[in-house]
Amino acid sequence: MHLSETVNSGFFFLAPWLVLAPVTGLLFNIVFGGRLGEKAIGWVASAASGAAFVVSALLAWSLAANGGHAVSVPFAEWIHIGSLELDWTFRVDSLSTTMMLVVSGVGTLIHIYAIGYMHEDVRFKRDPGRFRRFFVFLNLFIAAMMILVSGDSYLMLFVGWEGVGLCSFLLIGFWYEMDTLARPSWANSDAAKKAFITNRVGDFGFLIAGFIMFWVFGSFQFDEVFSQVSTIAPGIIIAITLFMLVGVAGKSAQIPLYVWLPDAMAGPTPVSALIHAATMVTAGVYLIARSAPLYSSVPEAQNIVALVGAVTALFAATIAVGQYDIKRVLAYSTISQLGFMVAAVGMGAYVAGMFHLVTHAFFKALLFLSAGSVILGLERGHHRAAHGHHDDHGKGKKKAGKGKEESGDEEYHEEVFDPGDMRNMGGLRKTMPVTFWLYLIGGLSLSGIFPFAGFWSKDEILADAFREGFTGVYWLLTVAAFFTALYVGRQIWMVFFGEPRHEAAAHAEESPPVIITPLAVLAFLATFGGAFNLPGVHTLTDWLEHTIEVHAGEFIWSVAIISTMLALLAILVSWLIYGRNPLKAAQVDPLKRPLGFIFTGMENKWYVDELYQAVIINPFKKLSQFLADVIDERFWHDWFHEKVIAGTYNWLSNIALDRYFDQRGIDAFANALGAWTQSLSAALRKVQNGFVRSYALSVLLGVVVILGYLIFK
Amino acid sequence: MEFLLQPLTLLTFFPILGVLVILFMNSEMKNAIRWVALVASLIAFGISIWVLTMFNASNPNLQLVAKYDWITVAGWNIQYHLGIDGLSILLVLLTAFLTPISILSTWTAVEERVKDFMLFFLLLEVGMTGVFLAQDLFLFYIFWEFTLVPMYFLIGIWGGPRRIYAAIKFFLYTMAGSILMLLAILWLGIYGGTFSVPDLIAQGNIPSDIQLWLFLAFTAAFAIKVPMWPLHSWLPDAHVEAPTAGSVILAGVLLKMGTYGFLRFNIPLFPEATVKAAPWIALFATIGIIYGAAVSYAQADVKKLVAYSSVSHLGFVMLGLFALNHQGVAGAILQMINHGLSTGALFLLVGMIYEQTHTREMKVYGGLWKITPVFGTVMLIVALSSMGLPGLNGFVGEFTILLGAFGSQAIGNAWYAAVSALGVIMAAVYVLYMFQKMFLGPQGEVVAEVKKHGHGIRDLNWREIVTMVPILVFIFWIGLYPKPFFALMAPAVENLVKMLPIP
Repeated sequence: MHLSETVNSGFFFLAPWLVLAPVTGLLFNIVFGGRLGEKAIGWVASAASGAAFVVSALLAWSLAANGGHAVSVPFAEWIHIGSLELDWTFRVDSLSTTMMLVVSGVGTLIHIYAIGYMHEDVRFKRDPGRFRRFFVFLNLFIAAMMILVSGDSYLMLFVGWEGVGLCSFLLIGFWYEMDTLARPSWANSDAAKKAFITNRVGDFGFLIAGFIMFWVFGSFQFDEVFSQVSTIAPGIIIAITLFMLVGVAGKSAQIPLYVWLPDAMAGPTPVSALIHAATMVTAGVYLIARSAPLYSSVPEAQNIVALVGAVTALFAATIAVGQYDIKRVLAYSTISQLGFMVAAVGMGAYVAGMFHLVTHAFFKALLFLSAGSVILGLERGHHRAAHGHHDDHGKGKKKAGKGKEESGDEEYHEEVFDPGDMRNMGGLRKTMPVTFWLYLIGGLSLSGIFPFAGFWSKDEILADAFREGFTGVYWLLTVAAFFTALYVGRQIWMVFFGEPRHEAAAHAEESPPVIITPLAVLAFLATFGGAFNLPGVHTLTDWLEHTIEVHAGEFIWSVAIISTMLALLAILVSWLIYGRNPLKAAQVDPLKRPLGFIFTGMENKWYVDELYQAVIINPFKKLSQFLADVIDERFWHDWFHEKVIAGTYNWLSNIALDRYFDQRGIDAFANALGAWTQSLSAALRKVQNGFVRSYALSVLLGVVVILGYLIFK
Repeated sequence: MEFLLQPLTLLTFFPILGVLVILFMNSEMKNAIRWVALVASLIAFGISIWVLTMFNASNPNLQLVAKYDWITVAGWNIQYHLGIDGLSILLVLLTAFLTPISILSTWTAVEERVKDFMLFFLLLEVGMTGVFLAQDLFLFYIFWEFTLVPMYFLIGIWGGPRRIYAAIKFFLYTMAGSILMLLAILWLGIYGGTFSVPDLIAQGNIPSDIQLWLFLAFTAAFAIKVPMWPLHSWLPDAHVEAPTAGSVILAGVLLKMGTYGFLRFNIPLFPEATVKAAPWIALFATIGIIYGAAVSYAQADVKKLVAYSSVSHLGFVMLGLFALNHQGVAGAILQMINHGLSTGALFLLVGMIYEQTHTREMKVYGGLWKITPVFGTVMLIVALSSMGLPGLNGFVGEFTILLGAFGSQAIGNAWYAAVSALGVIMAAVYVLYMFQKMFLGPQGEVVAEVKKHGHGIRDLNWREIVTMVPILVFIFWIGLYPKPFFALMAPAVENLVKMLPIP
């Protein structure tokens, strides 16, 4: 057992600054941001996130000095009622510090990248004022994510869990008044809402798991829960773990709740990279790894988790092959890779899952940010193409520089151009060479090609599956790995090779250093990140061993060779289809003809959104409409309450009272209410003279009668 | 003089002083009248804070008691008996807190008959405070019925097009339930020889079969007020027609009189019947949560959406109360406050935009966040509080209620809480729907419509910001550090739960 302790040495006292630093940053920007320029806002936010990284590093260092024993840092009391005692305590152990370092490290790089990216994005979308808001939300996200990974109990984890969900909502819907092509639309806000509500479905599972946990274990605190596992009936733990899996499926985009993640690409690209690839979506994986003592005690639940992960990995990978949007391919890839991680932690291969989480954070953030660089490059190219166009034909109304730019902008908005559509790209390796090489590194790492980081982590998952006898999972993941390399290959051929299929691609421009530099750091990590847990060295394994049960995976040559051969084969296949004969402008995807309806299925995401629309969303809308109109309005309101209750009362009071006392009131009521609404003063007078007096009178009479009876009986 | 200087007496009747001053003012002096009402309610709020400072949170019993014989005829013993304890102090504070905020919100919204409006409003405060402080059943009943009158006129005079209908319906409904309660009160008074609630509880000798009937009679009054499904039909009518300030008080305080009634009377007076009824109340509460949330989502009128959401939220409160354990009851009390804050704030915000656009149809809105960033941000925070986001007040209440109900021995099984937890998803559905339709997406037609008639939609002005800020402070405070709030009620809740014969 790894009980946490309170320690006064080292830098542990800094733990609250994991959260306070980004909060300070966002408050600063809220208060002073209006007077600061864009650069200052961006650097303040980046510094806040960077401070969280420094704190994480100091915590990790102190932890290592402490022999890796978990340390808890009490911070505040939260809810105390009866036996329920919820405190906000920070937990510093090797698992949480690993997450802290990833979140704040990758997070800081993405903050810096976003300074450059958002500078251009807010101008393309013509609302520079929103620059500050972006960084406020981004800092809020870091704070919430830190609460999630540093909490000492399931409830604090849940607080962060919901907090990151909110940030995800705010950032997906950052351009809430348009769609991804900047046309006025509900699309982006729909995507944001979808993400929040789908995650709430998952949260429902998490909540139920929490309720069971509290009434069985009497606590939400990790140590207190885990220390009692052996005394609890396995059936109950199965229930807890499976309800928790529902939460995982929501947050980490697994079947059946993954549908929000592809739509989440409506958010600006740094958001896709940070929240919807590198950090937030891995929270579910972290949750399972954190709950290792629970999951490990119930193999039945583990099997289900592993299967959900593996099926998701394959299913999403097939969809990725049929997508045309550069970010959507990556989105499905993320779902698929999360499937790998969930399968790993489901099998009890917690280290392999966490290892892949780390390397994936590097290479997928790299891919997303490079994709963002590509998109910006195309936007610039499009802009320039429009200008050039004007220069050619602009005979009459050629004004000075500024006027020209405006007319160019008009052009840009008239033609609907999708800078994320890979069919508009091609040949970008010539115009954006740096981005090309960075993207290639990310792609090879994702495909699991030796010696890139992704190779080592994916291989460890496959080897664990093979060795632990999860044969079905092993094959599902292996086939998924084939598809992974296939869609990566397809993407790279389509985007960077061949000839430009659109004017914008022909005129694309390379991105500035503020965008390229973070990418270079990530590329370095995506290349050499495997060193964190090389076979035989097991750095990460030894580190995590302080917190969760681990078994050092052994390198299995056959597994490595099979997966590498398959990946290379997939790249070859992708070259045969997309590389040898590059796609021409307006040409249909060459896979479409041979695969027929299968490819149509992939293109249309296997119609899962349509299915949910028909099976869940529409019935719910119909049901609530039915309840509102028929049951509530017509039955309860118009019939039961008006006719039955009020009608009966009127009838009774008519007989009992008004025949003698107040005939006029009833008449007035019968003569409809319209007469009363004519003027305010008239209304008051009539009200005073009207109906209520009869009620008051009836009540008074009733009271008198009862009192009389009681007193004189 | 001694009578008048009792803290609780002073707290209850202080607004009368404002009434007297306003009575002698010329009805054309609208602003002066507003200021007098505001100052009077602010002083009353100050008195409530003074009461809070004298309140000993570790004492589970009634405190600051004011007790005088009032009517003693023919063996009847009716007392003027006020007292405050952990069950009521937060509600008393809420009442004193929301009244000045509501008055402030009427500054430009109410232009007609300002004098009458303020008179009724201050009288309403007297009635509400009295309800939460009265410890004599007869006195309670008088305050209870008394609140009807000013609210009746607030809806009936300053309401929307169908205000008369709504006002009568509101009056009729509450009255109908109250009559049964009155009978039960009279029975109790005769049976126990006293109307004093603490004395009756101490006697505790009501036969269990009679307990059930009395329980039902009280329930008739309170369940309508809450309102519990299926007795909620008066609520949307009243809310839609009521002026903004009326809606705020109606949702914020008047509905709590119902849940408070269960807490103060039903549970301690009829413990055996309470335990028996718990599963049934939980059933109706659960239906109300789901039903209210579903119906809310189908509304086109934003005020109706908020009104139906109250049915759902109050379902949570009832579920927590009848979980009859520490977490459930404490969570329910806190959730009464939370609902008063967040739903009150929602009505205020809806009123603020209505004042400019004169429409509540959500479909004509859209994209407001871009035009009115402050308004949008405040609305977002309140909406998130209403759907129970951790870190804001709603979560603390909802979570503890569901947690309590899930393990409640009185309710007997976890299904009600599990199904009710679905309400958390559905809350996100209707709240986000509302927020999206009004604040996100492309600009709605109402924006251009308003522009045609003047300057276009403006953001919150200073008065509106001042109205909202205190509520926002509490939304964050309760969400982040609820400890002081729970500390106020904990001993009283403990006491209450302990006396119940839960198997």
